[in-house]
Amino acid sequence: MAEPILSVRNLQTYFRPDEGIVRAVDGASFDLYPGRTLGIVGESGCGKSVTARSILRIVDRPGKVEGGEIVLRRHDGRLVDIVGLDESGAEMRDIRGGEIGYVFQEPMSSLSAFYTIGNQVMEAIHLHKRVTEKEARDRAIELLHLVGIPRPEQRVDSYSFELSGGLRQRVMIALALAAEPRILIADEPTTALDVTTQAQILELIRKIQEERKLAVVLITHDMGVIAEMADAVSVMYLGKIVESGPVDEIFHAPKHPYTQALLRSIPSVLAEPRSRLATISGSIPHPYARPPGCTFNPRCGNFMPGKCDQAPPPATTLSADHEVRCFLYGEGVAT
Amino acid sequence: MLTYTLQRFGLALITIWAISVISFVIIQLPPGDFVDAYIASLSASGSMVRQEEAQALRQLYGLDQPIWVQYWKWASRVAQGDFGTSMEWGRPVTEVLGDRLWLTVAVSLAAIFLTWGIALPIGIYSAVRQYSMADYAFTLIGFVGLAVPNFLLALIIMYFGFVLFDLNVGGLFSAEYQLAPWSWGKAKDLMAHLPLPALILALAGTAQLIRIMRANLLDELRRPYVATARARGLAEWRVIVKYPVRAALNPFASTIGYLLPFVVSGSIVVSLVLSLPTVGPLLLRALVAQDMFLAGTIVLLLGVLTVIGTFISDLILMWIDPRIRAGIHG
Repeated sequence: MAEPILSVRNLQTYFRPDEGIVRAVDGASFDLYPGRTLGIVGESGCGKSVTARSILRIVDRPGKVEGGEIVLRRHDGRLVDIVGLDESGAEMRDIRGGEIGYVFQEPMSSLSAFYTIGNQVMEAIHLHKRVTEKEARDRAIELLHLVGIPRPEQRVDSYSFELSGGLRQRVMIALALAAEPRILIADEPTTALDVTTQAQILELIRKIQEERKLAVVLITHDMGVIAEMADAVSVMYLGKIVESGPVDEIFHAPKHPYTQALLRSIPSVLAEPRSRLATISGSIPHPYARPPGCTFNPRCGNFMPGKCDQAPPPATTLSADHEVRCFLYGEGVAT
Repeated sequence: MLTYTLQRFGLALITIWAISVISFVIIQLPPGDFVDAYIASLSASGSMVRQEEAQALRQLYGLDQPIWVQYWKWASRVAQGDFGTSMEWGRPVTEVLGDRLWLTVAVSLAAIFLTWGIALPIGIYSAVRQYSMADYAFTLIGFVGLAVPNFLLALIIMYFGFVLFDLNVGGLFSAEYQLAPWSWGKAKDLMAHLPLPALILALAGTAQLIRIMRANLLDELRRPYVATARARGLAEWRVIVKYPVRAALNPFASTIGYLLPFVVSGSIVVSLVLSLPTVGPLLLRALVAQDMFLAGTIVLLLGVLTVIGTFISDLILMWIDPRIRAGIHG
């Protein structure tokens, strides 16, 4: 496979409020390749969004990227470690929007109601391209057309509150693509939308990805979306990536008990009528009281006392790209 | 948009009418009518009024007619700029108010601009650097400012201004310009005297405004559109000024309306302490002396000022907030 465009290694993003410390992202690693989609999946609060925001260094205070590296191959071929950059420096701002576009979760409140959508898209263009006002406007209209907004010449002067949720999310995508980034991070892009609009938005992301050879990070809690969109999957639980691999292997031969449980909890039209939907027992532990050892052990059906609650399981490589963090696999199995 | 403007204008007219009724009632409140008071004041100074003369006056003001006719006559005279005669001063109310009204507006506007000029940047800073040392310091000063009565502050500043800087404190004019007609010299003299009272009046609202701005902005800073702006590579200070500050300023536009009367009536004691030739102290005197034509007129003018201010802030809101322009309220 080609060189990765973005390489995340052992990323650690911690929140340190007065009450203690929350390890929102605790040693995540993954690679992104041009033209391919990485799905990051997990329950709410598992650190998906914080991982994505860490890449742009826009984690809200008191959160902070405290360790690891995020190596970006810039358009001129230079390798830059984003973790080492000044959070508000010129290079970081150049990367935001310029190299990495970000589509947020809530299209309803992610656009300012005080400026037209054209103003906001043109702002993004001006920040990264040397163009005249007229050129920026033409480009904005072109972008709105690209994301499938009808009558873009008029819509460019609309305000966000004059658009439906689906159209707003299209504007958000146009905004993310304004400066022609090579990476697109979509943070639950369809969560706030109804099902038919969801399908349209996903289709749009896929179409643009093909046209522009974008590397896409798709963050979702929806295994169905992953199956439809992703090439590779990373399953996150409490800030750690517990299993990662190609989408086929994860769906057909899930290894980690958490991944297996997630897949069992997808509703299916083929299921026995009136049968109960499988759920994952227990609930996510309080962030200040993480269980020792493997953090999934209190909810795990394969819990091995004296093993899983002692030390965190190391990563075990199962095949070329398939990795799992569980004591059921690898050398330590016998004991 | 036009409907909105017309609707607001209509409401303003209705409110002004209601205020005029209240002012009329205030003028009518003391026992006896205006002519009785007039006769009393004339006889106090030694001259007598003949019965026919009193009758003629009563007819002129329609005092022998039903109350709504009296109101109508009074209102039509007011519309022509005749506010009646001040009993205490023995001169038409317009003459007594005269320059005081414009000086009041000048002092108030200066105070309002100063309040905003001081409070908004501090409020923004306090929100952006929440829980920093400076935020705590401003909060402390702010609460002290809220707790100290204004007139006391005025006295203290006057004292130190006089002792340390030999400032000519109090009043809006130097002695030689006090009664002089308007000229460049007098205007310059006013400009030199204006900052100190404006500052003292401004400090009253500053602490409160800092708290409001800080709270508004803290709410806005957590909104997703701020992260969106950041994610497209906008520099931090431009993110803050263009998006959340803009949104946090919105509530301020709607308070312009009652800032003006607040500064006028809320500053009576300070104006007395500083001996400012403004409307506030005049209103106090008129009320003490039961000079109802003067008091009623001031109440009427303050009310109308509020309505005009509110109408202007409605127009400003429409101008700055596209949601209102589009007819979506809230």
